[in-house]
Amino acid sequence: MKRSNLFGGDVISGALLAALGAYITLASDQWTIMAHDGPGPGFFPLIYGVILLVGSLALVLMGLFKGPAPREEPLDWAGIRKALGIWLVFALMIPVMKYFGFLIALAILIFFFLRAIYPWRLVPSIIASVLTPIGFFIIFPTLLHVELPVGAWTGF
Amino acid sequence: MLDGVYGLIHGFSVALQPSVLLWCVVGCFLGTIIGILPGLGPAATIAILLPLTFNMDPTGGIIMLAGIYYGAKYGGSTTSILLNMPGEASSVASCIDGYQMARKGRAGAALGIAAIASFVAGTFGIVILTLLAPPLAEFALRFSSPEFFALMVVGLSLVVLLAGDSKLKSLLSLIVGLWLTSIGTDLFTGQSRFTFGYSELVGGVEFMVIAVGVYAIAEVMSSVAAGEKTQLLPVPRGLRNYLPSREELKACRFAFVNGSIVGFFIGMLPGAASSVSSFVAYGIEKAVSKRKELFGKGAPEGLAAPEGANNADSSGAMLPLLTFGIPAGGSTAIMLSALILWGFRPGPLLIVESPDLFWGLVASMYIGNVVLLIMNLPLVPLFAQILRIPLGLLFPMILGVSIVGAYAVSGNLFDVTSLAFFGVLGYVMVLLGFPTAPLILGFVLGDSMERALRQSLSMSGGDPMILIDRPIAATFLVIALLILLSPLVGRLRRARSDVVTAP
Repeated sequence: MKRSNLFGGDVISGALLAALGAYITLASDQWTIMAHDGPGPGFFPLIYGVILLVGSLALVLMGLFKGPAPREEPLDWAGIRKALGIWLVFALMIPVMKYFGFLIALAILIFFFLRAIYPWRLVPSIIASVLTPIGFFIIFPTLLHVELPVGAWTGF
Repeated sequence: MLDGVYGLIHGFSVALQPSVLLWCVVGCFLGTIIGILPGLGPAATIAILLPLTFNMDPTGGIIMLAGIYYGAKYGGSTTSILLNMPGEASSVASCIDGYQMARKGRAGAALGIAAIASFVAGTFGIVILTLLAPPLAEFALRFSSPEFFALMVVGLSLVVLLAGDSKLKSLLSLIVGLWLTSIGTDLFTGQSRFTFGYSELVGGVEFMVIAVGVYAIAEVMSSVAAGEKTQLLPVPRGLRNYLPSREELKACRFAFVNGSIVGFFIGMLPGAASSVSSFVAYGIEKAVSKRKELFGKGAPEGLAAPEGANNADSSGAMLPLLTFGIPAGGSTAIMLSALILWGFRPGPLLIVESPDLFWGLVASMYIGNVVLLIMNLPLVPLFAQILRIPLGLLFPMILGVSIVGAYAVSGNLFDVTSLAFFGVLGYVMVLLGFPTAPLILGFVLGDSMERALRQSLSMSGGDPMILIDRPIAATFLVIALLILLSPLVGRLRRARSDVVTAP
């Protein structure tokens, strides 16, 4: 077993899934597994919980003892950071939306993309960040009668 | 066979109603537009646009979704040919020769070949669907809970076998899908399961939220991480420039047949993504070609075969959905959930209980194929302009539409939060090599599978032999076992041949 394998994706994901499998198995044991009139709510989760636990442990073991992969591409950490960065901003949109409304939150998201990820100049970024949410307002609530989250302009 | 013909005639009477026809055209148009956008495949496209159909008549709604499905597949070829950037996995094979043709100044012909191959193979697939659906549905009427459970085991075994490079990871992804579908209230006893004390989870996790998160949000994240940039090749103008030459069409004759047959039959298999059918068709085309040296350098048949296959497989995927209620992939899983949402029971009874919907949908597929051919050839220059939308603007717009879609399902901000969770989950899964299709299929089938299993065991008083005593169920379970053991057989064969060839 190589020490570097200990922190490999398969080992970490396998360990997390094994924990989930253990949780499902234990939780299903709290409900009826089999009653006189047939299986109860714990029956099906117990089956897949056990399979998940065993399968995940197999993944951990395979991850620990695997040899060097032929020409395995290294992870693009810069790309991953970028992806997680935009996800974080996306996730932060939710509380912003709650207080300032969907359109303002969307404008902030667009501005972030245009300035930080795909750099545009300031003025076009501001124009796009203002006009695109207005486009959303015209298309969804006005034309399609689809409600915008929480409220268009404010969160209340 | 006559059932199919009569049914189809009835279907055309439904699909040719002006309002239904309009939804079919709108679906094809929207599907093509969004399918062209890099990073968004058919499943993400359908998931994002699903809320638009919520207020519609169900027949019009499902026909529009089918139009979006086909349109997105057509649209994917434009991105592959003009940008060398596959809009989705099934378009990867189209990049190989399509982009090379475009670089040689044959972009118009390449787009034309893609449209013609898609039309021929798509139509072939729908004809087979029309003929096979009634007898298959009739056969499925003999099924009771044990047979349905066993059939779902076959379907999910195929998902494990075909969905990704690692069978184990496919299995784990599938089980996470099964678990997610268990969250909420137990159907039989009303007991809450895995709700972690959140009242929002008592009703279960919304499928739409998972689908949009795992497909759309994760795809945007992957595209941003890959640092994708668009560099569009010149798009020819004028219909004449989109017509392939006689030599090119002659070279594609076998490819049209190959793509049609391979695409349809692989499309029927749950978990076999379009990428499988397009690569198999490409591989067969290259293997039988007398001019193998041209493949990868702009061979028109190298484009026609995968393009045909990835369209025929849409019809193939519809067959198990409409006759057994089992989706073959992410896109059909979303359509299944839409049907359930509208109160239909997808499965063998659909054809009897809802003939308007069933045959209207099948007929609309014929119409949709013609619409797409007509729409794609003259309008490709217009559609290609969509590729000029800067990604910095496009991606937040996709995220915004996803939020609107997730919120539209329940009007609950909790679903938007869940969307963010499933987005990062989908991205991490892709990063770690876990296929996402098994998760989606596990989620969609989990509920029916649990119900079928529990009903079967209730019928037998808890005796599992009921699954083996009944011939159809037993046959399905043997098939499932063979499917799951097949990788071992392959490994044993390889090991034996290594021993034989060793000095």
